[in-house]
Amino acid sequence: MDGMLALYIFMLAAFTGYEIIAKVPVILHTPLMSGSNFIHGVVVVGAMIVLGMAETVLQQAIGFFAVALGAANAAGGYVVTERMLGMFKKKEDAQ
Amino acid sequence: MTAPFYVQGAWFVGAALFIFGLKGMSSPASARRGIVIAGYGMLLAIAATFLIPGLQNIGLIALALVIGGGGAWISAQKVKMTDMPQMVAIYNGMGGGAAAAIAAVEFAKGDMHGLVATTLATLGALIGAVSFTGSCVAWAKLQGVLKKAYRLPAQNAVNVLLALISVGLGLAVIALAPQQPELVIAFFIVALVLGLIVTLPIGGADMPVVISLFNAFTGLAVGFEGYVLGNPALIIAGIVVGAAGTLLTQLMAKAMNRPISNILFTPLVASGPGEAIEGTMKELSALDAAAMMRYAGKVVIVPGYGMAVAHAQHKVWEMTSILEEAGVEVKFAIHPVAGRMPGHMNVLLAEAGVPYDKIFDLEEINGEFGQTDVALVIGANDVVNPSARTDKASPIYGMPILDADKAQNVIVIKRGKGTGYSGVENALFYTDNCRMLYGDAQPMAGEIIQHLKSMG
Repeated sequence: MDGMLALYIFMLAAFTGYEIIAKVPVILHTPLMSGSNFIHGVVVVGAMIVLGMAETVLQQAIGFFAVALGAANAAGGYVVTERMLGMFKKKEDAQ
Repeated sequence: MTAPFYVQGAWFVGAALFIFGLKGMSSPASARRGIVIAGYGMLLAIAATFLIPGLQNIGLIALALVIGGGGAWISAQKVKMTDMPQMVAIYNGMGGGAAAAIAAVEFAKGDMHGLVATTLATLGALIGAVSFTGSCVAWAKLQGVLKKAYRLPAQNAVNVLLALISVGLGLAVIALAPQQPELVIAFFIVALVLGLIVTLPIGGADMPVVISLFNAFTGLAVGFEGYVLGNPALIIAGIVVGAAGTLLTQLMAKAMNRPISNILFTPLVASGPGEAIEGTMKELSALDAAAMMRYAGKVVIVPGYGMAVAHAQHKVWEMTSILEEAGVEVKFAIHPVAGRMPGHMNVLLAEAGVPYDKIFDLEEINGEFGQTDVALVIGANDVVNPSARTDKASPIYGMPILDADKAQNVIVIKRGKGTGYSGVENALFYTDNCRMLYGDAQPMAGEIIQHLKSMG
């Protein structure tokens, strides 16, 4: 990938992340940490590509490990976040 | 390998859904929808990856997805809400491990092109590996597997030395790999050890900030490996999380009044004998406590982790409802670091059915303690310790606290006479307007409910 282009993506993504979090109430800090934890679970896509191109047994073994870990990050991160956020209710819809 | 346009397009949509979802999660009303939207983005990105032409080992990929994803899905369903922080830590560590493993495969292949790609791969591997072992230690501490903080002699010097060695090995890897597989292996081992050694001496009270820091680390590692793989979706998701996580870490550290450098390099210990605390602790009965609150105009409840451990939140909410029916105004005051993570206590109260418009944070409620008849402190300790305002020698000096001591009466439900999580003596318990109610929070709240009911 073009190095400078990637640098621009890095910069814009960093600003985006900063802006999204900047005005968040404290009560959402834990769910947000958990939610952003889920989002970097997209590493599983990278792991799939790597395992999909693995040639030797060693590469396959490490790649397998990477996909399993990445999938656990995504799945576990999703469930934990969803369970936490599912509990936030206002008084009228609590019943 | 370049993916065809339809795969690229799916990844693009996935990345957009992540940002959209994260934005949704930043407000209570849309938070649940936010995570579901991000979830669809993830499914889309994973499904599209299978469509890359010439993808090998598809059976292995599917098996790894089922084992890793399925295992985590089931275990995450079962875990209790009080144990959420360590689960976030362990899943985060796994993401870091995955990023490091991606780099390892790339090194093993030896077909990385250009200095920038090699450098970012190495950097991502280092950060990912540190996040992996560090998060495992954080999990073990919060889970109670590791009970005490292990400090090496000259811990800070060892940390710096290990960090320098890993950076040196990383530079050597960049210069020489893949001709030197031993070098790559040594690099990974040192990076993994570095994560362990840095995290082991950190106390449980500081762990939330550390987990948040490792979360940001993993994000960066994923972003860097995304560059190596030429995948903008990984770059965007990783760097957004890296930046968001860094800011979140700063906000948490600020709430605890502990700069991140302090957390990483100095343990939380008293720096001197501290001011002598005068007075004695005075007990009262559950009946007196019930009567005090029943005939009060305004009660503020300060819950701490002790309440969560005793699973008393449902009882406390039941008690609150009875008091409200009797015409007492009841509010919940949450310290930013109540529980084990900022916002953790809100999640636990929400689980018990407490609506979030009854829950107030430190800035909102602190002015109201002066007009409060009873402040009920349940299983909280350091966050209401007035020494944080006055005693310069106290390790928690300067931490913003809830001013429960300014209420007319303070009732503290506490299991025993011991000190809090930080090991600091609490001056609040010795003040004239404070009464102690010794016992487990759940049966105590139950007793109070019985007495309240008999008062009608």
